[in-house]
Amino acid sequence: MKIAVLQFGGSNCDYDVQYVLSEIIGVDTDLVWYKNELNGYDGAVIPGGFSYGDYLRAGAIAARAPIMNSIRRMAEKGLPVIGICNGFQILVESGLLPGALMTNKYPKFRCQWVNLKVENNTSPFTNEFKKGEIIRIPIAHMEGNYFADDSVISELNSREGVAFRYVDPGGNTTDEVNPNGSKQNIAGILNVQGNVLGMMPHPERASEEILGSKDGKKIFHSMIKYISSLVST
Amino acid sequence: MQYRIEVTIGLKDGMLDPAAATIKKALEHLGYPTDSLQMQKKFIIDLNEASSDEAYGKVDEMCKRLLANPVIHNYNIVIEESV
Repeated sequence: MKIAVLQFGGSNCDYDVQYVLSEIIGVDTDLVWYKNELNGYDGAVIPGGFSYGDYLRAGAIAARAPIMNSIRRMAEKGLPVIGICNGFQILVESGLLPGALMTNKYPKFRCQWVNLKVENNTSPFTNEFKKGEIIRIPIAHMEGNYFADDSVISELNSREGVAFRYVDPGGNTTDEVNPNGSKQNIAGILNVQGNVLGMMPHPERASEEILGSKDGKKIFHSMIKYISSLVST
Repeated sequence: MQYRIEVTIGLKDGMLDPAAATIKKALEHLGYPTDSLQMQKKFIIDLNEASSDEAYGKVDEMCKRLLANPVIHNYNIVIEESV
């Protein structure tokens, strides 16, 4: 099994993700520069950062890089692809996920721990959680305000396409705990097939006890478990 | 034929633009209350195409594929023949 972590000019969480996957989880993980071939991988992570300086719109330029065609092919084959923060922005800009990520409602860079509710525990990225479980993972972004037309939001809800929502410790989706103004406190979404996840919080920053939470590690664990199930069938 | 094309891109009506809202408020503090204020992006593109229709088609494609995000943006294209 081998995982790819994409690198664009301006990616800056690439090494953190690789560290967690290879050192903490123990799976073979390569950093793949956007100009290189993306072949023979069982899953891919598009890490956070500020690809191309967020020029034009966050994620807009990276979303049009040719390597994203390879990501699209991986997604079509059913392999798991996760975009974190800027990676999520790249996935919506590329059309692999619906909607858009706009400037935070209160236009400030928000860097803080958040509570998330696991809304779907059947996806390749959340199968290690209990449904409705509250987990702690930090965010760090300026453009995380998830927007989509009401029809898209209701479609997401009806197919359990929302993976995570920002909640209070009791699991309530209130405006006070919505850090960026996202519609219905949405923090992460899945594509129709369920094998592409975009999320604003950074699971790689919550994968070791010393960092304050190991909840993020379960997302990577889920992904590895899912890939193993693909290989064995 | 040489054309100069101006593409203006802005958020769709009713969408929140925190930067524009902040600027509107700053103008109010200076004594310039306004009924509304929008902020848009403008691209000025020089292009050599056989006709104005073809130039329009090219730029429309650019908007759809990169310059604008159809989920949140409207855009307007103005073409002039360069002298």
